[in-house]
Amino acid sequence: MLNRIYDWIDDRMDITPIWRDVADHEVPEHVNPAYHFSAFVYCFGGLTFFIVVIQIISGMFLTMYYVPDIVNAWESVYYLQNEVAAGVIVRGMHHWGASLVVVMIFLHTLRVFFTGAYKAPRELNWVVGVLLFLVILGLAFTGYLLPWDMKALFATRVGLDIAASVPFIGDWIQTLLAGDEEIIGAQTLARFFAIHVFFLPAALFVLMAVHFIMIRRQGIAGPL
Amino acid sequence: MSQKVTRRQFLNYSLMGVGSFMVAGMVLPMGRFAVDPLFQSDAEGSMIQTSISADDITEEPTQVDFSFIQQDGWYESEVTDFAWVYRDGDEIIALSPVCKHLGCTVSWATDDANPERFYCPCHNGLYEKNGNNVPGTPPTGPLDQYEVGVSDGYLTIGQIFPNELV
Ligand code: HEM
Ligand code: FES
Repeated sequence: MLNRIYDWIDDRMDITPIWRDVADHEVPEHVNPAYHFSAFVYCFGGLTFFIVVIQIISGMFLTMYYVPDIVNAWESVYYLQNEVAAGVIVRGMHHWGASLVVVMIFLHTLRVFFTGAYKAPRELNWVVGVLLFLVILGLAFTGYLLPWDMKALFATRVGLDIAASVPFIGDWIQTLLAGDEEIIGAQTLARFFAIHVFFLPAALFVLMAVHFIMIRRQGIAGPL
Repeated sequence: MSQKVTRRQFLNYSLMGVGSFMVAGMVLPMGRFAVDPLFQSDAEGSMIQTSISADDITEEPTQVDFSFIQQDGWYESEVTDFAWVYRDGDEIIALSPVCKHLGCTVSWATDDANPERFYCPCHNGLYEKNGNNVPGTPPTGPLDQYEVGVSDGYLTIGQIFPNELV
């Protein structure tokens, strides 16, 4: 049945070459854990992507209940976690996934570093990778404020103080992030929400696309 | 059943099986999370006290305000609503002011040409005193009724229900 639907569409649209081009490619022996078990380190990039996908989807669902407003934010998180069915699971995915994605992207970076995969001709993809790392850290930082509890508030105070320690322009950065020179409050929460669910995910998508296109162009780096 | 399963088929099935399991593990909780409003139980209704003495209710429909605490997800607030209340013999009748056409608010005897009817200004909807919609005007049904009671001599208002007077 599924086959026939596929064939029907393929007859008219010729979609086979499209997905073949995406999915059908050589996996060299030195990156295949079936040959060398230690090659599992090559999975870290894919695992990072997998968790990012979970973050995006679970985050989209969280926004069905979450409100970025200082009066209601905490209550809405409390409600979605304790009153909505499966709320603990959905928030749990996003909460634990947020830490895991940072761990995975770090392990992936280590793999690239220690296999020397950043060397010519792949320098540009290392640069894109570093930008991806920064975007993920940004997502983790801005997301942390959203539950609007004490931990969130004080973590953000520390983060903003770190931002303020940048030479010369630090104070401006802090004010721009917080939305106010002194208060961490209504404007901060609204901004962090906007950055967390719109700006950084948009940057993430663009960077991931560039990252993957470059990988397809250049192939996986050779064995050590 | 003597058909041989090829290595490729076996791998395909195992991968699809494991894959579906993982996808289901993600999608089911999130799906259930999203459709939760369908499964939230209705708040049970208790009778709400008004400040109108049952003895003061006449045969003339009068606006009676009542307030209650509304729990809207994580947001709790005091909401004020009102009913058109009048006496019909021994009975007290409370009608909802929400027009059955498109939900505007109806009022008693505000149309000069229909002094004994409820009038909806939005599209000239008319209702009889018992809530029955006047044929030929836009509303498609009679005004809803409120459960009523008397407690310590004061009117109490309960759940809304479809009109049973017509
Ligand atoms: C790699 C991507 C992401 C990371 C690392 C990340 C990280 C975080 C973190 C650390 C929190 C605080 C969670 C907690 O303390 O329980 C959070 C909350 C939140 N995130 Fe994300 N996030 C990501 C992507 C997204 C996306 C794409 C969206 C929406 C489209 C989103 C929506 C939310 C919402 C609504 C909250 C508040 C609810 C809550 O705190 O449980 N996130 N995020
Ligand atoms: S809404 Fe009352 S007549 Fe149309």
